[in-house]
Amino acid sequence: MDGLYGDLVMDHYRNPRNRSPISDADIEAEEFNPFCGDRATLQLKLDGRGNICGVSAQAEGCSIIQAATSMLCDQLQGKSLDEVAEIGERYRLALRNGAEGESELGDLRALQVVRQYPVRIKCALLPLTALEEGIKAYREKTG
Amino acid sequence: MTTTFNVNKIRNDFPILKQQVNGCPLVYLDNGATSQKPQSVIDAIVNYYSTTNSNVHRGVHTMSQQATDGYEGARAKVRQFINASDDREIIFTRNTTEGINLVAHSYGRQNIGPGDDIIVSNMEHHSNIVPWQMLCEEKGANLRVVPIDDAGELLVDEYEKMLSSRTKLVSITHVSNALGTILPAAQIARMAHAHGAPILFDGAQAVPHMPVDVQELDCDFYVFSGHKLFGPTGIGILYGKAEYLEAMPPFLGGGEMIKSVTFEKTIYNDLPYKFEGGTPDIAGAIGLGAAIDYVNDLGFDQITAHEDELLRYGTDALSTIEGLKIIGTAEHKAGILSFVMDLAHPHDIGTILDEQGIAVRTGHHCAQPVMQRFQIPATARASLAFYNTKEDIDALVKGIDRVIEVFS
Repeated sequence: MDGLYGDLVMDHYRNPRNRSPISDADIEAEEFNPFCGDRATLQLKLDGRGNICGVSAQAEGCSIIQAATSMLCDQLQGKSLDEVAEIGERYRLALRNGAEGESELGDLRALQVVRQYPVRIKCALLPLTALEEGIKAYREKTG
Repeated sequence: MTTTFNVNKIRNDFPILKQQVNGCPLVYLDNGATSQKPQSVIDAIVNYYSTTNSNVHRGVHTMSQQATDGYEGARAKVRQFINASDDREIIFTRNTTEGINLVAHSYGRQNIGPGDDIIVSNMEHHSNIVPWQMLCEEKGANLRVVPIDDAGELLVDEYEKMLSSRTKLVSITHVSNALGTILPAAQIARMAHAHGAPILFDGAQAVPHMPVDVQELDCDFYVFSGHKLFGPTGIGILYGKAEYLEAMPPFLGGGEMIKSVTFEKTIYNDLPYKFEGGTPDIAGAIGLGAAIDYVNDLGFDQITAHEDELLRYGTDALSTIEGLKIIGTAEHKAGILSFVMDLAHPHDIGTILDEQGIAVRTGHHCAQPVMQRFQIPATARASLAFYNTKEDIDALVKGIDRVIEVFS
């Protein structure tokens, strides 16, 4: 059981990072889990070269969605939107196949254990879905 | 009450309860979502497909007649079970949701117009909200919601104030799936009728726990699902008073529901077939009949006494846990222990309990307005059936201790 609720997950759950809201965010996204009403809200600020220079996230719900949101945001600072897409892909694969040898994911690696709890995968993916939707909307808006 | 209620013997009738889940004996406390099936129900379905399978009301051959006898025999069992006066008032549906949608589409579209009111309560399942919202949107009618108090009791005075000559239908749950509240159904029906409005009860959570007499309640419609009553999924019941059903247009057009068809004119079939277009779930109906036989053999005197004792035992046990709050503390409750904990989200509670073989439901229970009323995102819900034991409750309490251990 400590597998799902390991130290790193519980640390991010109890002390979520990047919670200060950004007043002039370029990208904003919110995603709900219709089964439980859990919610993840993300804001990103981009610099002149289109790299992420500010990250903010709020999550409401279970420990997994809160930890996943916090851990994901930790990986975004300084990244381009293409790099973010790659992280998202790696994270999704880690939730399916594990994160052996996966160094890019940082603390997100701890969530590979969620693959043993299939009903909780949607909790772990919610912030990523929000992020992807936000980026998609931003790209549509800015061409 | 007789003293023959032997829960261990009863548990032997339910093969699934002998299972291990995650290396622990299964503690099944998710009966509000669906109940388990006794061997007699499983056998009835297997026997039907092994020996009788044919279409009903069609062929002249022997098996078709046997299938029809089984199917119609199940209808008669349902009629007796809820004490309806006539088999024609028992319509087989897929489930509670379909029963409510049938009434909304057929009765509702014919009888509800702009400015009319439909009354529901704040503790409805989504299936008793959304069909009425869709109808109100189509017709320009208003959905009125009777509020509830902090214990989860319906505010009957507010209901009284809401009733008027504009009220064209009242559709309210008999037992709340999220809170366990047993509503004062006969009183609710009398009050609706005093204003000339028909009443529908959502009985999905009531029929597994208590005797229901539709004539005594004097309700106009009563709907429930077979699978929460120890029967199979895919079969449900709509009871309607014949005078209403006769006047209502069909719901699904097709085979079975007609007397004759030409391209110029189709004559609809009589009750109940008018509302049973297409080949029905024959095995499901027969399985439901077997489930009703099983419940009747146990008897509601014993079932209710056993479950009330379990509910008291569970309420007392959970009440002593620090940081745990029971949601739904009505005076009259059936089978439901919904709770939240300061330390852990219901999903986390559910996962940790599951690790110990304990099945509970976590989430909003398809009753988001209830969650909004109590300003919580979700609850963990333990829901009881007659085969549950005090040992199951003890396992739940031990499981919750583990939640506290992980999250403190």
